[in-house]
Amino acid sequence: MKHFLDITKETCPMTFVKVKLQLAKMDVGEKLEVLLNTGEPLENVPRSCEEQGYKVLSIEPTDNEKHLILIQK
Amino acid sequence: MTDKKKISIVCFSGEFDKLVAAYTIATGAAATNREVTMFFTFWGLNALKKKQGHAWLGKDFLSRIFNWLMGGKNNLPLSRLNFAGASPKLMTGMMKKNNVATLPELMEAASALGIRMFACEMSMHILGVTQDDLIDDVKEVVGVATFLNESEDAHIIFI
Repeated sequence: MKHFLDITKETCPMTFVKVKLQLAKMDVGEKLEVLLNTGEPLENVPRSCEEQGYKVLSIEPTDNEKHLILIQK
Repeated sequence: MTDKKKISIVCFSGEFDKLVAAYTIATGAAATNREVTMFFTFWGLNALKKKQGHAWLGKDFLSRIFNWLMGGKNNLPLSRLNFAGASPKLMTGMMKKNNVATLPELMEAASALGIRMFACEMSMHILGVTQDDLIDDVKEVVGVATFLNESEDAHIIFI
């Protein structure tokens, strides 16, 4: 099952907090697609997910300076 | 995975903006895989009172006066330009307008992230505040020795 989270309207620290809480609700193996802005969220959300043992499967730019990242719990 | 990094935050100040800073660091750290402990002492305890407005807590005359004057979460002053309590409300409005998490939202996030919260035994004793007067997120009332033991190998931040 794939979940989706848009954190483009969030600011620090809620960008990380929302991703962390969403991942906590999911089962191991499930995937989460996150739409985020360039800058701080793009630099740190994938890194902190990997530090927590989750897999970052892809990071794709979308139009208008946003990125879609796919994380597997 | 390696051992988690640890951060302990001493919340001494009961000022709105300083508590926003404390909770921002705490929730950001917890969400980026750090083990976070918050230790509330003296004025910082006001943020954790179940009664969010002015209330007569405490057993003796002085502690009841102190607690009533300090109030709870709804009465936290801004550290500068407080304007008799108007500024925290204005600041909260500005935070909402700019999609920045407000203090209640940060406190809710801290709870959801399972941040450990300790309350200071000594300052609670002086102010006549009991654990029953504080929100359920406060799991334990402890002294400084316990806080330091629990913060071994942690960065300690004093706000």
